[in-house]
Amino acid sequence: MNKRLLLILALLMGGACALTAQSRKAVRINEVMVQNTPEGIADEYGAHNAWIELFNSNFAPIEISSIYITTDTAHRAVYPVPLGDVNTRMPKRQHVIFFADGEPNKGTFHTNFTLTPGRDNYIAILDADRSVIDEVWVPAEVLPGQSWARTADGEGDWALRTGGESDYITPSSANVIKDTNKKIEDFAERDANGFGMTVMAMCIVFSALLLLCLCFYGIGKLGSYYSRLRKARTKAADAGEVVKARDVTHDSGEEIAAIVMALHDHFDAHDRESTILTINKVKRAYSPWSSKIYNLRQVPEPPRHH
Amino acid sequence: MDFGDFLLKNLRQFWELTGFANAEWGNLVMLLVGLFFIWLAIKKNFEPMLLVPIGFGILIGNVPFNTAAGLEVGIYEQGSVLNILYNGVSAGWYPPLIFLGIGAMTDFSALIANPKLMLIGAAAQFGIFGAYMVALAIGFAPDQAGAIAIIGGADGPTAIFLSSKLAPNLMGAIAVSAYSYMALVPVIQPPLMRLFTTKKERLIKMKPARAVSQNEKIIFPIVGMLLTCFVVPSGLPLLGMLFFGNLLRECGVCTRLAKTASNALTDIVTILLGMTVGASTQASQFLTPQTIFIFFLGFMAFVIASSSGVLFVKLFNLVLPKEKKINPLIGNAGVSAVPMSARISNNLGLEYDPSNYLLMHAMGPNVAGVIGSAVAAGVLLGFLA
Repeated sequence: MNKRLLLILALLMGGACALTAQSRKAVRINEVMVQNTPEGIADEYGAHNAWIELFNSNFAPIEISSIYITTDTAHRAVYPVPLGDVNTRMPKRQHVIFFADGEPNKGTFHTNFTLTPGRDNYIAILDADRSVIDEVWVPAEVLPGQSWARTADGEGDWALRTGGESDYITPSSANVIKDTNKKIEDFAERDANGFGMTVMAMCIVFSALLLLCLCFYGIGKLGSYYSRLRKARTKAADAGEVVKARDVTHDSGEEIAAIVMALHDHFDAHDRESTILTINKVKRAYSPWSSKIYNLRQVPEPPRHH
Repeated sequence: MDFGDFLLKNLRQFWELTGFANAEWGNLVMLLVGLFFIWLAIKKNFEPMLLVPIGFGILIGNVPFNTAAGLEVGIYEQGSVLNILYNGVSAGWYPPLIFLGIGAMTDFSALIANPKLMLIGAAAQFGIFGAYMVALAIGFAPDQAGAIAIIGGADGPTAIFLSSKLAPNLMGAIAVSAYSYMALVPVIQPPLMRLFTTKKERLIKMKPARAVSQNEKIIFPIVGMLLTCFVVPSGLPLLGMLFFGNLLRECGVCTRLAKTASNALTDIVTILLGMTVGASTQASQFLTPQTIFIFFLGFMAFVIASSSGVLFVKLFNLVLPKEKKINPLIGNAGVSAVPMSARISNNLGLEYDPSNYLLMHAMGPNVAGVIGSAVAAGVLLGFLA
């Protein structure tokens, strides 16, 4: 195979690997509850254990198997997210919950460690090479039934959530619940007749095309300047050639023609070819299945009325 | 149960599955609409490449069947063949592929030679935002109004792309409306062009455009993509593919790719797009009062877009020197129905002066309209998505 092609393929593969690695960096610890209560979320066995919510902040799915979750600040004791579970593929901008119950035999989403109430808990997620993807210290002040969560999904500061009207606890769902599209509400409220949108949008459309227009005026001018320059140079070069040609007298066309004639005579070259015509019969078995006239390659023309 | 009862029971069950047993008046109306589209395409030669697939798609989509039977044949039934083909529309990846083909087919020379014509393409986008205001006045929400208003861009793929993002429930009606009015451009535009121009203006002869070098043609898609997408990144799928297709065409070293993009690929996607858009107009989804409003707004958008293009040229002529005046008959071409609206400019020009060929001049605003409507779609997406 062509060396260049191999190099390109290697670069592409390298790029793909880098992309995969980069995408896992988009996993975020999103919300943590150290002491779950009977009112809180239960696992598939009905137990109310501490939980850690992860969030895929990417706009593409991320496979989280083989990443590590740990509470060990030295990153030695870790819980590796098992391979082979389809649920470890996190859809874009979605959440998964891991129950920190110290019972990994219960399933993929049950860690081999627990969280300790009454003291600060360190939680980190590590990539396969043990580099830190995200980490958080959950303060000891977080009481039973309360969670420690980001102010927005995958970003922002961490804050205490008590489960009230304004600071609700959201296991396995968005930290900020949006029941409406704020942008559209704003437009409906502040620009009810659409005049503002029209002015803004037309300004943008005009600026984009004006920018392109000015750019191509410039490029056109530059192009014509260079073509004038080239023409002038060619003219000057042609003039020089003419002067040189006048000085050169020894390789006129007559001399070349005489040399060619002499060579022709010497080698007895001729252009008469042998006139043997061969006709071979080519036999082809006819079948309507292979006939051109029976397949529908020609599109029927509709009648035209003038 | 004797054998006769057994046969009767099965035949009755079969009858319940047939289209005859499940037909409703809405299906019949839509079947007539589909037949009308096919008639328009074949007999009147109105955009046959679009109306034949859409018309037949309407027939396919409106064959009644028992949805409770779980036959997985309907376009809205997940996993059905039609549903899989419809993914290109609902997820919005057919339109960028069509734009790739448009880019590979389009010669931007007229625009590069006379860049000021780009502004006509921008002015014609007033149609979109005029219709947006009317849609809001009628009572549509801003995102729905934006999706409907894009019909004014006279660009089917853009309309489908934007409506799939802003108002997926209205997409069928928006797409059919956009393509219907594109087919009716020869009927809608000439009266407006006559209305807004004087005889003297229609006789304006424009200077032939300068020759454009190969280098300029290669630079255009690169600079064009970078500039427009830096301003409106949300237009990236459409603008990126449009300019990419054009680079394939102009670079001179990818002839095979350019040919495939402009012929085979565009044909395949057009067939799938047209057919699935047609099939998405199932009576239950399509025959609603909203559809009537959408068709009305689409018409408004086309009228405003065509008129604003013509009026902008008249306005522009006030500041242009006499020898550089633009014939306002090319203003209608600012809507991006390529190349139909440019052809209309040419035909109308020839009607008043048989030696006044406006086609190449009109192609400038025409292709600028394609860029303009994609930018406008990006703006709407950026503001409302």
